[in-house]
Amino acid sequence: MELSRYPLIKGVLKSRWPQWAFFAVLLAMFLFAIFAGIGGTPVGNHNFGIVFVWIAWWAILILVAVPLFGRGWCAVCPIPVPGEWLQRGAVLDPPPINKQGSKGRWLNLRWPNKLRNIWLQNTSFLLVALFSSVILTTPLVTAIVLAAMLFLAVGMSLVFERRSFCRYLCPVGGFIGLYAQAAPLELRTKDKSVCVRCEGKPCYNGSQAGYGCPWQVFPGGLTKNTYCGLCMECLRTCPHDNIAINIRPFSADLSKPSARLDEAYKAFIMLGSAIIYAAVLLGPWGSLKSAAYQVGSAAWLIYTTVFLAVILLALPGAFWLMVRSSSYLSHLRQKSQSIVRRNTSPRSDFSRLATALIPLGLAFWTAFSLSFVLTNGSYILMTLSDPLGWGWNIFGTAQTAWQPVLTFILAPLQSLVLVGGFAWSARTAQKNAAEIALSPAPVIGFCLGVTLLMLWLLL
Amino acid sequence: MRKAEVFAEILVIAISLGVIAIPLVLRFGAGNAIEIHARVAEAGGWMPDGIKAKAGETLHLRLISDDVLHGFAIGQMPETEVDVEPGKVTDISLEFSQPGNYTFYCTRWCGLNHWRMRGTIEVSGDAPASTQPVSEPLYVTLGIDLDAPHPAVEIPSQTPSASRSAQVASDLPDAYLSTDYYRANSPAEAFSQLRAEPSTATLEDAQVWDLVAYIWRSNISGDGILDGQSLYQANCAACHGEDGSGNGIFADDLEAAGEASMQSMQGADEMMMQRPKDFTNPRQMLGASPALLHGKITRGGMGTGMPMWGAIFSEAQIWGIIAYLYDFQFEGFSP
Repeated sequence: MELSRYPLIKGVLKSRWPQWAFFAVLLAMFLFAIFAGIGGTPVGNHNFGIVFVWIAWWAILILVAVPLFGRGWCAVCPIPVPGEWLQRGAVLDPPPINKQGSKGRWLNLRWPNKLRNIWLQNTSFLLVALFSSVILTTPLVTAIVLAAMLFLAVGMSLVFERRSFCRYLCPVGGFIGLYAQAAPLELRTKDKSVCVRCEGKPCYNGSQAGYGCPWQVFPGGLTKNTYCGLCMECLRTCPHDNIAINIRPFSADLSKPSARLDEAYKAFIMLGSAIIYAAVLLGPWGSLKSAAYQVGSAAWLIYTTVFLAVILLALPGAFWLMVRSSSYLSHLRQKSQSIVRRNTSPRSDFSRLATALIPLGLAFWTAFSLSFVLTNGSYILMTLSDPLGWGWNIFGTAQTAWQPVLTFILAPLQSLVLVGGFAWSARTAQKNAAEIALSPAPVIGFCLGVTLLMLWLLL
Repeated sequence: MRKAEVFAEILVIAISLGVIAIPLVLRFGAGNAIEIHARVAEAGGWMPDGIKAKAGETLHLRLISDDVLHGFAIGQMPETEVDVEPGKVTDISLEFSQPGNYTFYCTRWCGLNHWRMRGTIEVSGDAPASTQPVSEPLYVTLGIDLDAPHPAVEIPSQTPSASRSAQVASDLPDAYLSTDYYRANSPAEAFSQLRAEPSTATLEDAQVWDLVAYIWRSNISGDGILDGQSLYQANCAACHGEDGSGNGIFADDLEAAGEASMQSMQGADEMMMQRPKDFTNPRQMLGASPALLHGKITRGGMGTGMPMWGAIFSEAQIWGIIAYLYDFQFEGFSP
């Protein structure tokens, strides 16, 4: 269903004011979070920087924004905005009338070809993940991380063209792109042949109506949500009204599996991180928590080694064996039934079948997040009234007692989410394996194994 | 540049600066309260730990814990006790009628070095610092060496009972029942002296120990021992244990910290942070006089990890705690 055919929705999306209003408010909140981390109470659960970033924002992001709107958060994220405004020389205005195209100010260099993948995003996420126990609980460290992201984003906007930070470095953007493939919202062209014939490609190069795609994507070639930031510039610049915002089935992009190893590894990184976070942050093992928290200690180095080994070697290794098993089983079946298999490489099979881990990873993160959001959500009310721990009581809720909510539905809900995620993954594996004439059973077995592990950790 | 662009730019800058500037203005433009941050001793303790005030004027304090639950109280002013919860601000107002140095301290077992969380309020004023004459501590008057070992030469074969001794208490010379006698002698000394008394010559050793318990019991009030029990559980049990056996929650860590640091000092004995004393050990407790215990509590253990409580507890409170400590040795002691 095309949402943008409704004039009201289209008008809101095309206008720069609503997006600007989001940017202005969220940028102020972002700066305030940094300020709170530096000047507010060092007690994490009473500090705006911790509570609103790691509980409120995270809950909205992983439980609502990503599953329903895909890269919807990227459309209003304040981190790249100051850099983008400096790049454009404007916070609201489209490019000047006498200037065609969207060539940015400053150095405006092309992002290096060798880095045109998400390996850097994988690395930046792993870096944040390794220090997460400290980042998530220490306001000052959260402030440093947020400020570093802001400065990096601004710096990259001044050196490289468009939103290179979002596209190639942002640790959050990487996984949002991965899971945006499962979202029921997409931006696509209505008719690709119109794009082919279109002169000047203003959606990519910009025009007086708007800027060329900040995400360095040509909308005419869009087949997946992964790299579309939903910034709506193409909706503004398209001279043929050929851009549509559509509601679609949840799994639409998952039937178009990627053969890229960097994207496949993103799925493993996210899946493995969710499992390890569940063990460290929600599990009963005090020594594990201490090891994760004592950055730089021998215990932390062991934790780091295990963390990286599980995510980068053990999980992909086990999956690789499953994929090879699929291939072997298929080979046996093909011999007996004279089926001709499509000629794909083992590496390509690995990456394509890793798509099945996307819904599972999203389910893992949803189940994990439900646990701490329902447990710690009451801190939001407390911090709303006294965001810096300075003794304020702005809305009269500063004395709200910590109170976990809806705990009675937590376990059933988590079970439902995990089982649902497994079923969704199994179905995805079945479809994608069929495409390349492989047996889905080993991959489904892998998904079942990690789902049982996650159920054990959470319940 | 369009007006809208200028408006949007100004508004963005104003909002971005406002969210930082407004809190700062509100904070630094507010009141004259002194902000005191509490952190576990290893992270700094009270900050600041020295405050100046004037007698007769109200002192506003804003207490903020930056880590765990702490408590705030001023020594010998139990009505000032408040909890200081992490991340919250606790406002209190104090007024000192007399100039002098007041000690404030943490009342919650916040960590291994909880007892190091002390600070002072220096109250100035026209009135003399104290109208009470300074008296010499009893252990000084009696010439007791607080740091010398004081084991009981003899200990009872069964727990002495104050109530069991009622039948033979009539044989007890009056001199033994005076407060001065009770404070100056250890139970073991009292036993030796009673054993030498002709009036108790026919008694069994156990009966004489019961008489000792009777002497100790007759020198304390029911309220005093209850106050002592309450103070002990709030302030001493973290190290010495709720049952007095020296097995409080910090005991193992204190011992390990002492062994690790080997903090020593010159003196009669080399001392270091050590395992808290076991009040259930009759050899130690029955060899200690109330005056010795009073000195230890008032002065502290001087390097052993035992804090100095003289600035915190009143005389009556210290005697109450001492009375309760003997409860670990005598039956029928608590009311």
